Parts: sequence; C-alpha cells; structure tokens
Amino acid sequence: MIPLSAYTAVSAVLFITGLLGVLVRRNFIIVLMSVEMMLNAANINLVAFSHYLESLSGQLVALFVIAIAAGEAAVGLAIIIVVFRGKISTNVDEMNILKW
Amino acid sequence: MVLVFFAYFALVSIAAGVLTVSLRHPVHCAIALLALLLHVSGLFILLNAEFLWAVQVIVYVGAILVLYLFVLMLMNLKTDERYFHTSALYFVGPAVLGAFYVIFLLMQSPFEGTKGTTPASVVLQDGDTYAVGIKMFSDHILQFEIVGIFLLGAIIGAIVLAKTPKALDSEKERS
Repeated sequence: MIPLSAYTAVSAVLFITGLLGVLVRRNFIIVLMSVEMMLNAANINLVAFSHYLESLSGQLVALFVIAIAAGEAAVGLAIIIVVFRGKISTNVDEMNILKW
Repeated sequence: MVLVFFAYFALVSIAAGVLTVSLRHPVHCAIALLALLLHVSGLFILLNAEFLWAVQVIVYVGAILVLYLFVLMLMNLKTDERYFHTSALYFVGPAVLGAFYVIFLLMQSPFEGTKGTTPASVVLQDGDTYAVGIKMFSDHILQFEIVGIFLLGAIIGAIVLAKTPKALDSEKERS
C-alpha cells in the first residue's frame, strides 16, 4: 500500500518544477506549459486525497480544474497569436508595455 | 506490484517535468509534456479514478497538447540563444533546497482526516464513472453550470482575440 505522502511528494516536486519553469524560462509558450504542469500537480493531490479520505468531491474538483485548464490554454494561445502577430517575438521579457 | 507501477509513473513524470522545463526547443518541450501528462494519468489509474484517466487522456493529451503543438508549428518559432533568465541560478538553488525540505516534511505527515462516505468498495461497485456522474449531477450541479458558462466565455474570448482585425477595416472602406 502506497502512503498518501508519496503522492503528495510527487505532486510537490512537479509543482516546484512548474514554478521554476514559470520563473526561469523566457519563451511564453513554455511558461504556459509550466502552468499546465502545476495544474496537473494540483490534480494529483486532489485525486490522491479523494481516494485516501474516501470522498468523491476531490475527483470532481479535479475535473473542473481540467476544464479551467482547457479554457486557459485556449485564451493564452490566442494572446500568444496576437502578440506574435504584432511583435514577432514570444519572449516574455519583451512584452512590457503594460508594465509600470 | 502496485509499488512498481507507482515508482515508474512517479519517476517518469518527474523526469518528463524536468525535461519540459529544461529542453531548448519548444516542440521537444511539448513532447516531454505529453509524456508527463500520460504518466500522471497512470497515477490516476492507481488511485481508482478511471474516469479522470479518460478525461486526462482525451482533454489534456488529445485537445490541449494538440492545440499547443498547432500553435508551435504554425508560428514557426525560432529558439533564441538566451533561453533562460540570467538570474536562473538564484531561483534554482533555493527552490531545490525548498523542494527537498517540503518532501521531508510531507513524508513525515500521516495525513489523517475525516473520512467521507464513499470508500473504494462503493466506488468499485458500479464503477468510477457512475459514481462521479451521480455525485456531479446531484451535489455539484452549480459548479457544472458555472464551468459551462466559463468555457463559453473562453471560446468567445479566444475567437475575438485571434481574429484578424483587418477584415472590419476593409468592410468600412467599401461602404
């Protein structure tokens, strides 16, 4: 029997890897991929707790998280297309018009 | 046996996550993300969540990742030389230390809590999909509707953002 803490450890490692990707990478698309990775880490946690605490609500929240991730990917990629059309660059450091 | 599968899925998903962050070419990163998502879905199988496994494979791997690959290949991105921030080392060192500390704390915790009403035997009686469906359309119907409206808004927003703005101008000039 695998302890619940093993699943939370895997989830923590994946989340920290995704967070590092968001902070460190320059390519906007890979930043979005890292966000997807963090959402997946949260999903592992939700499903693991749902299994070990014998309640189905965690699985349902994980389903809603997947739906939100789909919407986020669609809108994020549309924003990338708009930015790419204007500036021919997906470097996050060069998107600083809204920066104060 | 379950332990072997868990070790395989966990180690491969972590390795694929590291590759997703560290590879240079964006398409290779997308392929590494595909491996990560498939192995995370394997973890869902180990947790008796077959419906989420199917949703993960269909929605994440089949829809979201294909969308990423379409955008990557349509836009013909060039990989820039400096693909990490110069301050990467300041992030990576403390983050790795923090990760080990978090894992150390997590492995010690027993995670006791109030048990719910659906143990694995009840879920396996009619199948996970049946149980999730009954639960979703009885207790979580409001969230379900909200997610539907959210997805509609996301579709409309994506179409409005990605539409070429020139079409409207040429129509104006014609009239």
